This record gives sequence, structure tokens and C-alpha cells, in this order.
Amino acid sequence: MSTNVQDIHEDHHHAPSGLMRWITTTNHKDIGSLYLWFSLLMFFIGGFMALIIRAELFEPGLQLVIPGFFNQMTTMHALIMIFGAVMPAFVGLANWQIPIMIGAPDMALPRLNNWSFWILPFAFTMLLSTLFFDSGGPAAGWTLYPPLSLQGGNSMPFVILSIHLLGISSILGAINVIATILNMRAPGMTLMKMPIFIWTWLITAFLLIAAMPVLAGAITMLLTDRFFGTSFFTASGGGDPVMFQHIFWFFGHPEVYILILPAFGIVSTIIPAFSRKKLFGYDSMVYATASIALLSFIVWAHHMFTVGMPLAGEIFFMLTTMLIAVPTGVKVFNWVATMWRGSMTFETPMLFALAFIILFTIGGFSGLMLAMTPADFQYHDTYFVVAHFHYVLVPGAVFAIIAAVYYWLPKWTGKMYSESLGKLHFWLTTVFVNVTFFPMHFVGLAGMPRRIPDYPVQFADFNAIASVGAFGFGLSQLLFVYILYNTLKKDVTAEDKVWDGAEGLEWTLSSPPPYHSFEKAPRVE
Amino acid sequence: MSGQNSYYVPHETKLPFLTTVAIVIMFIGAANYMNGSASGMTIMLIGMVLIFAMAYVWFSEVVTESEGGIYNDQVDISFRWGMVWFIFSEVMFFAAFFGALYYARELSLPWLGGDGYKITTNIVLWPQFENVWPSNGPTNSGGDFVVMGAGGIPALNTLLLLTSGLTVTYAHHGLKEQDRRKLLVGLFLTIALGFIFVGFQAYEYMVAYNDLNLKMTSGIYGSTFYMLTGFHGFHVTLGAIMLTVIFFRCLKGHFAGDNHFGFEAVAWYWHFVDVVWLGLFVFVYWL
Ligand code: HEM
Ligand SMILES: [Cu+2]
Repeated sequence: MSTNVQDIHEDHHHAPSGLMRWITTTNHKDIGSLYLWFSLLMFFIGGFMALIIRAELFEPGLQLVIPGFFNQMTTMHALIMIFGAVMPAFVGLANWQIPIMIGAPDMALPRLNNWSFWILPFAFTMLLSTLFFDSGGPAAGWTLYPPLSLQGGNSMPFVILSIHLLGISSILGAINVIATILNMRAPGMTLMKMPIFIWTWLITAFLLIAAMPVLAGAITMLLTDRFFGTSFFTASGGGDPVMFQHIFWFFGHPEVYILILPAFGIVSTIIPAFSRKKLFGYDSMVYATASIALLSFIVWAHHMFTVGMPLAGEIFFMLTTMLIAVPTGVKVFNWVATMWRGSMTFETPMLFALAFIILFTIGGFSGLMLAMTPADFQYHDTYFVVAHFHYVLVPGAVFAIIAAVYYWLPKWTGKMYSESLGKLHFWLTTVFVNVTFFPMHFVGLAGMPRRIPDYPVQFADFNAIASVGAFGFGLSQLLFVYILYNTLKKDVTAEDKVWDGAEGLEWTLSSPPPYHSFEKAPRVE
Repeated sequence: MSGQNSYYVPHETKLPFLTTVAIVIMFIGAANYMNGSASGMTIMLIGMVLIFAMAYVWFSEVVTESEGGIYNDQVDISFRWGMVWFIFSEVMFFAAFFGALYYARELSLPWLGGDGYKITTNIVLWPQFENVWPSNGPTNSGGDFVVMGAGGIPALNTLLLLTSGLTVTYAHHGLKEQDRRKLLVGLFLTIALGFIFVGFQAYEYMVAYNDLNLKMTSGIYGSTFYMLTGFHGFHVTLGAIMLTVIFFRCLKGHFAGDNHFGFEAVAWYWHFVDVVWLGLFVFVYWL
């Protein structure tokens, strides 16, 4: 260990300090931290927009904002949360964890790593700046369906080019992850000995590289349709607006798995650690993840059941969608089986992971309901869909990210967060997330459409409850920021192996780990 | 972290940040241009020049490091994986446009023509429309046009690109056998064939615009034709520029017989544009 410390000092003699350090860094931990802080910032910006939406929906009628601005808020909220909060958080976790979990000195392509991060602040500045245009920001929804999206104001080319930037960033980041995992593992760490988090990220990276370019193609066609006279999405020229939906969702459904597979990996890491047992069915976890990823490319049209597809298409996409429930079920089964007869304890990361299992499964069930074509004719574009994807994304993806932060924060910083505050954060978050999103099932089933700023009085009660929940949820996250602040100002006291049940190479390093994680690759038996 | 046996981790770099600035300048210019602002084009061009400058500086640094022998075999493998997956992402980008072509030809046009269960669109909106490929849609978007046949220039271009695939392999053999003449001749021919291809393509566009009235605005046929061949032509141009860089590096005596990832990466890229062209030739020009 002491030689490592020596090295840190040597390395840093001439290293720039202040802002320049962060702009020029090629270190996976620095870049991981940048990603995570950036994600937190975006989480609050996107959250603020959600609160504008919920404030407007607190009671029927139009009170706070005009409908056009409301639509800009729903569009921006989704784009920011997906591309700015959840995805960068996962990439940040990948950056911090992959090298220290596979025994590598750093990521495989460090300059590329810096690049994929620094694209993000520019892309989001560009995207957010459109809100200040005279004609306002994008308002056609994050799915950018034509013809509506083609009718936007001056913001449209800025939005599309900023999404191109996000795509470039994601692809570069994914290339780096794949190269790192395939090439930088410690000797002896065969593929089937990799930590499960690494497996899920490997597969996620594949999905990113396969799906993001397709989104790039779709939005390029939007751009040329609007500005260069092509007819991809115009029926009068022989194209079809529905074609956009096909191309978009060919990207879009793999994208939702990009948002959840790393979360599966996190939960599969945390549950065994606090059950003090090995993960049940490691191999089947790997195969389930891979089959979810492959299936995700042949289910896309379940987002378009009501658009008018041939019957064969409706049936095909209904069946493939339901098929995904099988590997997903395998995962849930394995998590539960891992806990079975384990000597469990309930520290904050474990609490979030447990809530993940329960609440994500609720989202999975509503997904199954939506997957039934005839039923979806009733549910489509209602708040039921909003409830579904918020259950999989908030107590799903976001809870997993929070769990991961609590789990690895002591490793990253050498400082232990306050367990009692962490638990308080957990309970507030979990209660409010349900208060916010559960009532949406009811108004959705009763027919309340999504993306509309006003609604009939019959939906008033549940909407008021949801709005209260949303503000409670938002405020609870300030506690999270306080916990982070409170932790960071402590002294370094954490042990190397923070959790007694945890396994993996990262726990053999000091807390915080040395600047270059593994200068000498460890051997894995 | 020194010595050739350890994995090289560059210490700090301003290149990615500055490259991003360049791209953003280009994008802001492009967006303003599309919105009809007078200065948009200039800003965009400035951005493009900056991007090329940054690419030059960045690659120079990597080449210097490589020639300086700081990259061990493991670094080489990282680069290889990087290039493989980058090319895969490009394949998926083209796949989106091929998908659009397929959808238009097999689904949206037949439906507009009254096929299948979407018959009402035809009856209500465009009862006179018959689906015959190539089509510019029921409103004769862009006016009557003449189709770009597969014979003539496209066939010639196919020959050119396929030959260039052979010449680049020839050059590769030259490099492996340390036969400089073979290497340089092979590369030179590949580059020449590449640029001739681009020249023909440009000529084809001129003919299409001036004589055939085949434009971007010529409905779905014009859209898919120009977007597919256009993006492909752009990739050929990039590939030819990359080959030129490799050519000059070879003149300088870079690359060893058993260690020449830069060369191979560009050769892979070249084969990739080659294969995409075959797809184009079959599905855009021929069938
Ligand atoms: C058990 C597996 C799942 C099934 C069967 C499923 C099924 C569906 C279906 C059928 C829809 C379309 C509903 C409609 O618009 O009428 C939908 C929407 C959606 N799902 Fe899922 N889903 C599943 C898991 C997930 C996961 C894991 C995520 C993300 C982490 C997710 C995110 C979304 C999103 C974002 C939408 C809405 C997109 C939009 O229209 O804006 N789903 N889901
Ligand atoms: Cu889906």
C-alpha cells in the first residue's frame, strides 16, 4: 500500500488544480465523480420541472402555466431525467466501479472517458437554453413524434443536435466500458467469474451501441424532413409518420433496458452482501440479463398497439413482450432465493434494494397489463402508463442508484454516512414515491390522459394526493444532499471492507482507494 | 506507472474538452443556419475547421505516443475493441436508414396504394394513387423524375470500391512483408479509387439534379436515395482522408510489420464502407 501512496504524490506534483483538474482529468474516479455530481444536478433540474407539472395538476383547471409551457415541461422533464440523470448516474457508477471490481488500473480508454463526460454539460446547456427562446423549448414529448415535433419553433434543430451530442457521449462511454471489461480484467477473472454488476454493464454497453445510433438516424430524418424537404414521415410523399414511431421505439425499448439493467446489477450485488450469502443462481442471472437484452430488440411495437398495425404485428409484439417477463421473473426469483435463510441486516443500501424488488415488480406487473394488446387500447396514453414507467424508473432505476451510492460511498470517500439519516431518507422517499405514483394507476384506469394540463373534476382527489406526494418526494431528496454533505465533511474512518458480507476486489483496496486503482493486477482464483 | 509493461494511462488532457467546444460551435452554427440565420453557415464552417484541427492535434499526440513505444500489447487490444464497436455503431446508424427504405417500400407505399387493411387511406385521400417503386408518393412530391439506374455510374462505382478493397489488402500484405513498394502502391491506388468514387458520386448527384429532376424533395424515393448514398459518400470521404493520413505515415516510416493498429483500423473502416455500398447497390439502385 505504501508504494501506492508514494505514487499518488508523484503523479500529482504537476497535475493542474482547481477547475482545470476536472476539465483535463483522465482518471476513472475523477470522471466517475463528475458523472455522479452532474447526474445529481440534473436530477434536481428535472425534478423541479416535475414539480411544476404536479403543481399545475394539483387541481383541475389552468392555474399556473399555459398549456404550451406545460408541454415543454413534460418533454424536458423526460429528456433530462433519462439522458441527464439516470444514464449519467449509471455511467458514473461504471466509471468508479468497473476498474476496481475487475482489478484494472483505470478505464481502457481514458481520454475517451474524459470526452464522453464533457460532452454532457454542453449538450444540456444547449438543450436547456431552448426554454429561453421566443418560441420556447421542445413541446412534442420526449418521443418527438412527427408531425407535431416537426411543427416546433426555432428550438427544434437545437434540441435534435443536442440529442446527437448525448448520443455521441453515450456511444463513446459504452465503447469504453466494453473495451475495459473485455480487455482489462485481472488474470484469472474469466467472464463467468465477473461480478454481476460488471455483467449487466457489459450487456448495457452493447445495448447502447446498438440502440443509440438508431435514435441518431431517426432524429436526423426529422431534421431533414423539416429543413431539407425529405418525406420520411410525410404520407403525401410516400413516407409515414408511423415509421418514425417504429424507428424511435426500436431504440426506445432497448433504451428502457439501458435504464434498468445496471440497476439489476446493483441490486444483485447488494442483496447478497446484506443476506451474507452468495447470489443465488449467478449463471441464470447472466443468461437472464442477456436474454432480456436480446428480446428487447423485438418488442418495440408494444408502444404502438393503438396506432393501427396489422393484426399479426399486434399479436407478435404482445407475445414477445410477455416473453420478457420470464427472464425478469427469473431475476426476481433469484433475489428472493438469495435472501432465503440468509442472516439479513437492513442497512440503508439494503433497504433501498428491498424496496426496489417490491416496487419494481409492481411496475413489471403493470407492464404486463399494458402488454396485453386489447387491454392496452384502454390504457394507452393514460396516466396508467405514467404510473407504470415511473414505478420501474423511480423506485426501480433511481432507487438502485441511491442504493449504490450508499453502498459504495464509504469505499469511495473512506467516510461513513449517518445510518439513521440514511434510514430516514429511505422511509421518506419510499412513502412519498408511492403516494405520488400509486394514485396514477387509478386515474389512468379511469381514463385520465397523460400530457394534458387540465382534467375533469372526477380525477381531482387522486391528482391532489399525487401532487402532495411529489412535493414530499422532492423535499426528501434535499435530505439526501444533506447526508452527502454531512458525510463528506467527516474524517476518513471507514475500513477497507466496509460491509462484512460484501465480496469483490473493490473491498481489498483501501477506502478511499489509491489514485490508480490496481497498479499491479490482483490474481483471481 | 512507467515502463512498457504497464498499461499507459495518459495523465491529463485538454483535447476532449476543446474538441467538444469545436463540435458545439459547429452544431450551433448548423442549427442557426437551419433556422435561417445569415451567420449560421459561417459559424458552422468555423466549427468544422476547428474539429479537423482538433482531430489533427489529438491524433498527432496518439501517434507520437505510439511511435514512442509507450503502448503495450494490452493498450493495442483496447484500441482494437474500441474500433470494432465504433464500426458496429456505424452499422446500426445505416441500419436505421435501410430500415426506413424497407418500411417505405414494403409497408407504407403499398398501404397508400390501397393494399392490406389500410385501404381507407387510399380510398379517402388518394384514390388515384398506385404503388409502383420508385415512388415519390401520392402527391407526386417534387414533380416527375427519372430513376437512377443501377447500370452506368453505380455499377462502375461498385467495381471501383470492390477493387479498392483488394488494393488495401494488397497494401496490408506489403506492410506485413515489410515490402514498402507494395505497401505504398497499394495504399495509393486505394486512395485514388476512393476519391474517384467520390468524384463519380458527385457527378451522379449533378446529373440527378440537373437532368433527372431527382432531388431530396422527390418524395420517399429521393429521401432514401440521398440520405443513404449521401451518408455513405460522406463516410467514403472520411475513409479516404484517413487512408491519406496513413499513406503519409507510411512514407515517414511509421508502422512495423507486426504492429500497425492504425493501418488496420482504417482498413477495417474501409471494408465497412465497402460492405455498406454493396447494400446500397442492391437495395437502392438495383432492386
Ligand atoms: C416487465 C417488463 C415490462 C413490460 C411488459 C413493459 C410493457 C410496457 C408497455 C406495453 C408499454 C406501452 C404502454 C402504452 O404506451 O400504452 C410500456 C411503456 C413504458 N415502459 Fe414498460 N414494460 C416493462 C418494463 C419496463 C422497464 C424495466 C422500464 C424502464 C426502466 C420501462 C419503461 C417504460 C416507459 C418509459 C414507457 C413509456 C414510454 C412513453 O410512452 O413515454 N418499462 N411498457
Ligand atoms: Cu417498451
